[in-house]
Amino acid sequence: MALLEPSKYSQGSVLGSVNPDLASERQTASFSVEELTVWLDGSEEHTQKRRAVVEAIESDPVFSRENQYFQSQNERYEAAVRKAVHLQKKMHEMGWTESGPEFKYIYRAVSGDIAFLLHRVFIRSISVLGSDKQIAKWIPLATQHKLIGSYAQTELGHGTYLQGLETTAVFDITTQEFILNTPKISAMKWWPGDMGRSATHTVVFAQLYINGKCYGVHPFIVQIRSLRDHSLCPGITAGDIGPKMNFENVDNGYLMLQNVRIPRENMLNKFCEVQPDGTYVRQGSQKINYFTMTTVRISLISDEVIIPLMKACTIAIRYSVVRRQSKLKPGEQEAKILDYQTQQEKLLPQLAAAYAFHFINDYLQELFNRGYSEIQKKNFNTLPELHAFSSGFKAMVTQYSTSAVQICLQACGGHGYSSLSGLPSLYTRIIASCIYEGENTILLLQTARFLIKCFRAASAGQPVPPSVTYLAAVKPGKCPAKNKLEFLSPDIYTEAYQHMAARLVRSTAAKLQDLIQSGVKKHDAWNQCTVQLAQAAKAHCHYITVKNFAETVEKLKTEAGIQKIMKHLCDLFALHGIFSNAGVFLHDGYVSGAQMDMITASYLDLLAVIRKDAVPLVDAFDFTDKSLNSALGSYDGQVYQRLYEWAQKSPTNKQISPAYERYLKPLLHNTQSKL
Amino acid sequence: ALVINDPDFQHEDLNFLSRSQRYEQAIRKSALMVMKLREHGIADPDEIYWFKSFIHRGRPEPLDLHLGMFLPTLLTQATPEQQDRFFMPAWNLEIIGTYAQTEMGHGTHLRGLETTATYDPATQEFILNSPTVTSIKWWPGGLGKTSNHAIVLAQLYTQGQCKGLHAFIVPIRQLGTHEPLPGITVGDIGPKFGYDEMDNGYLKMDNFRIPRENMLMKYAQVEPDGTYVKPLSDKLTYGTMVFIRSLIVGDSARSLSRACTIAIRYSAVRHQSELKPGEPEPQILDYQTQQYKLFPLLATAYAFHFVGAYIKNTYHRISGDINEGDLSELPELHALTAGLKAFTSWTANAGIEECRMACGGHGYSRCSGIPDIYVTFTPSCTYEGENTVMMLQTARFLVKSYTQVSSGQQVTGMVSYLNDLSRQRIQPQHVAARAVTVRLNDPISLVEAYKARAARLVEAAAKNLQAELNHRKSKEDAWNRTSVDLVRASEAHCHYVVVKLFTAKLSEISNAAVRAVLTELCLLYALYGISKNTGDFLQAGILTDAQIIQVNQHVKELLATIRPNAVALVDSFDFHDVHLGSVLGRYDGNVYENMFEWAKKSPLNKTEVHESFHKHLKPMQAKL
Repeated sequence: MALLEPSKYSQGSVLGSVNPDLASERQTASFSVEELTVWLDGSEEHTQKRRAVVEAIESDPVFSRENQYFQSQNERYEAAVRKAVHLQKKMHEMGWTESGPEFKYIYRAVSGDIAFLLHRVFIRSISVLGSDKQIAKWIPLATQHKLIGSYAQTELGHGTYLQGLETTAVFDITTQEFILNTPKISAMKWWPGDMGRSATHTVVFAQLYINGKCYGVHPFIVQIRSLRDHSLCPGITAGDIGPKMNFENVDNGYLMLQNVRIPRENMLNKFCEVQPDGTYVRQGSQKINYFTMTTVRISLISDEVIIPLMKACTIAIRYSVVRRQSKLKPGEQEAKILDYQTQQEKLLPQLAAAYAFHFINDYLQELFNRGYSEIQKKNFNTLPELHAFSSGFKAMVTQYSTSAVQICLQACGGHGYSSLSGLPSLYTRIIASCIYEGENTILLLQTARFLIKCFRAASAGQPVPPSVTYLAAVKPGKCPAKNKLEFLSPDIYTEAYQHMAARLVRSTAAKLQDLIQSGVKKHDAWNQCTVQLAQAAKAHCHYITVKNFAETVEKLKTEAGIQKIMKHLCDLFALHGIFSNAGVFLHDGYVSGAQMDMITASYLDLLAVIRKDAVPLVDAFDFTDKSLNSALGSYDGQVYQRLYEWAQKSPTNKQISPAYERYLKPLLHNTQSKL
Repeated sequence: ALVINDPDFQHEDLNFLSRSQRYEQAIRKSALMVMKLREHGIADPDEIYWFKSFIHRGRPEPLDLHLGMFLPTLLTQATPEQQDRFFMPAWNLEIIGTYAQTEMGHGTHLRGLETTATYDPATQEFILNSPTVTSIKWWPGGLGKTSNHAIVLAQLYTQGQCKGLHAFIVPIRQLGTHEPLPGITVGDIGPKFGYDEMDNGYLKMDNFRIPRENMLMKYAQVEPDGTYVKPLSDKLTYGTMVFIRSLIVGDSARSLSRACTIAIRYSAVRHQSELKPGEPEPQILDYQTQQYKLFPLLATAYAFHFVGAYIKNTYHRISGDINEGDLSELPELHALTAGLKAFTSWTANAGIEECRMACGGHGYSRCSGIPDIYVTFTPSCTYEGENTVMMLQTARFLVKSYTQVSSGQQVTGMVSYLNDLSRQRIQPQHVAARAVTVRLNDPISLVEAYKARAARLVEAAAKNLQAELNHRKSKEDAWNRTSVDLVRASEAHCHYVVVKLFTAKLSEISNAAVRAVLTELCLLYALYGISKNTGDFLQAGILTDAQIIQVNQHVKELLATIRPNAVALVDSFDFHDVHLGSVLGRYDGNVYENMFEWAKKSPLNKTEVHESFHKHLKPMQAKL
């Protein structure tokens, strides 16, 4: 009963000891958790640096998120602004800089719960799209926060399809200005972060008109609020777009422009320029304007998708060894729910996916860094592949991870539904990633377009990037595995994925060709194949993810225990994918019905094997209790005590609700006369 | 209309209110609702349901448990003497009650509950205790702030023996002041994913005494000296569970229908990209990928409507028998509703999110209304029986039926297809030969295909279970090691039942045009289900590769066929704008103007310059 006395614990402190149900899980780890953490971070130095940043941030009460779940939208926004401002001070104190090694850990340490996120996109877009002169003018102002920037692309009526944007920028030769307008309601900028309340400037994407001719979408720097008193500039209507499922820390905004004039120099002109006489000059591909989106897409995969997925796995798996339900054997204690096969089948594939995506992210990062240095040299050759990859993987990883977090939430039963589990906020945040920076279906179709093109080129013997040469090389055949153990061979399953992806691309290309040959117009044929095209693109990304996971494990130079468990996770990720998409592997007989039964058996066997290391595998992600911000997922596993004490701090228990005096009391007392 | 136009029920958009404010609004409306119900003399349960759903717009409210559990439990489990004492005060809302079953550490597995009620013959009282943290009652709706009584489920101890779970009426708050009684700790469990207006609560009892007469004693009894009298049958509780689960099936259909209405109307308003070069941006509903996301869900919503109606009718049909003491049909219905509750709520849950995603960025705004539908609906995957546990209950029945068939007995009802298994052991060649006979444009033929799939998966699960048992494993272990297969078998069974019921419904439709369009939806539902589970159909040899290609082709053709009727099909659900609560799903389709109007009312826009500027931004800019 002593446990029940309200104690004065502050969230994150050790609530007594570690719950024995969780402690026992850690005693049987087959590998060193610390070594795995170091390996995930890249090096011991990285781990130390990350922990130092997290410690510095979390020990500062301004950054506390303990009350986050109790706050209104207004309070969340204010706290986020306060944190953003305080962060500047903190960085100065700690000697951290934007280009320093600590920087990438800051976002993780504050869990993204901060304002001015789009300010960084503003800076990045000027750095990428601006001329040297523009960079020299704007970047210092922005980095010193003399102004706060935003990035205004999406409109009320137009999202991913950029050519459809309706905002106009008309060049006025006489005054050497652009005149910006929102010609109708659907053209209003809608959704840009930081724009509702904070931003003073924004990069507006608008259709450029010179002498009545439209030159397509271009970026312009527009001041929207006074630097003196923050009031709106003349011709500007702006505000917050109202409550959303999450991102209360961000003031997503709307913006209407009425004859707003900006100087000619405010068009970002590294690649396109309007000269004083109205001549339009282009250097390089127009596609470069979208390069900012490509870079944002890649950076969000890690920050906004993989980390939340790892957190959700940590919470759900720790809770599943604390929660007990029903009996597995008569006379014994109720079993840990993670001992149920159905619970393992829900959670362990998600854990494997978290690892798979961590590795694919490294792969993408490398690909991107190579491409980026080429583009800086104005060599645009790698752009199509880079664009196709960033699109396809963004779509696959966000979609997969979103459903994974949802599975984690539901796997925690009723308590997962409490905000205090931390899972609802992880879920409502990660789901936004399926839409922002390009709606997933459209992104998959972009990847599909690239794949079809490469398939045709490769079939005609033309050179294609190495990642897609397989498309034309794969021939029909049969999976050679003879028993369930052979399906634990990476060669066997990687080849099955390769075969399946190539088949889907090939058959869709053939279908397109048939339709066109039978007289269907090209665009109609494309629309009639889009369901298949999206499926093919996803299959390609899935294949590359499996292949990359297997290669990562292969190259792994670390202790044997880690190698072994990573191999299990890789097998699980691959076999889970076959098990849940059995049809596409069975189709054309590459995998036979009997082999599918072997795959299922191997897959289910793996669950029981990985089960033993489940807790150490999430411990290795190394999230602090404060960063998880979850009553169910804390390191000590004192789930129920934490839930009980935290709930008592809810405003519904602390503040007196007027509901009783106003409505309940009359209902309870005076009703008889009325009823 | 009685309600929608009543000025008493108007209030600010809920999306702009804090949780406390939402609770307050809900209580205000509930109090008014009860008065108006009595004023208009509304007593029919269906009529009350509609009245309530219009007042609360399909949302939960703090008196739900009082009206839906406390009063009915008094009616069914209280003695006449107890009804005299409690029922009228509760009817008149002097007593507001809730139903406290779930504990912090224990949910679906009821026998694990830890709260104790120990009988003290000396004072003729029960002493209630929450002995551990895990035993604290947690989640009951209306418990946190609203109720002054609770029906508490606790392990009964009398004469030193535990007699299992029983129900007790426990006063928790002082009449008059509404303060918790001594020995009672009660409060709100804090913010949740949804259910903002519901004060889900916790309750901890320390040596709290209630008179002997407060145990609900219509069935089991404790006599003054502590002698325990057993109840007659425990199957009776099945009836209530079947009823509540049938409501969830209906709710799955309704929630998914609302989401489909919003997404399909919005997709007709939203324009994007180019389909044909040089032409204006088309409605996004003209894209195949968008149709592929939404139309199968629309078909599913219709399918679940029919399933919900079927279960409700079956329940009413046999509840007469139940009252007469004939419980023979209950086990199958119980098993079937468990699975269908899980199957429909899982499908609807995922479907609502797909509808929201199909609305792109604007679906993420609360003004779309879909986030609200989702967070309100999603707990139904957990409450009234966690879905995986429900699927396994159905599986237990399926395996039992399979075992009966194997031992030469015939089974009846929805599982009668298992009878065929014993006659012809499924052989790949044999079935492959039969595959050609599946007619892809005939729903009745597709029902047969689903039947074959279910039979195959039930048999596979039963055989795997047997194999595990042969490996000298304990029964429980073997069951656990087969549970993924068992859940798949249950899903296939439920899927078959849904296709079957949808198909059966078609012949009842007299209007030819309506029958035609519903036949298209039925075909889409069945074919789409195959295309999403091709592995099962291929592996069992029910369909060939070539047929799967045809299935996919048929699905795409049906999308185009249904396209012209899509908006009419959601209009038929007949949701009022107020009930839909969505700017994107408005009947008039004036989406963008109204989004702008809505946003202007957002709390962050109350002042032109937000206070954060003066508090944080300005000082920072001054310093740097």
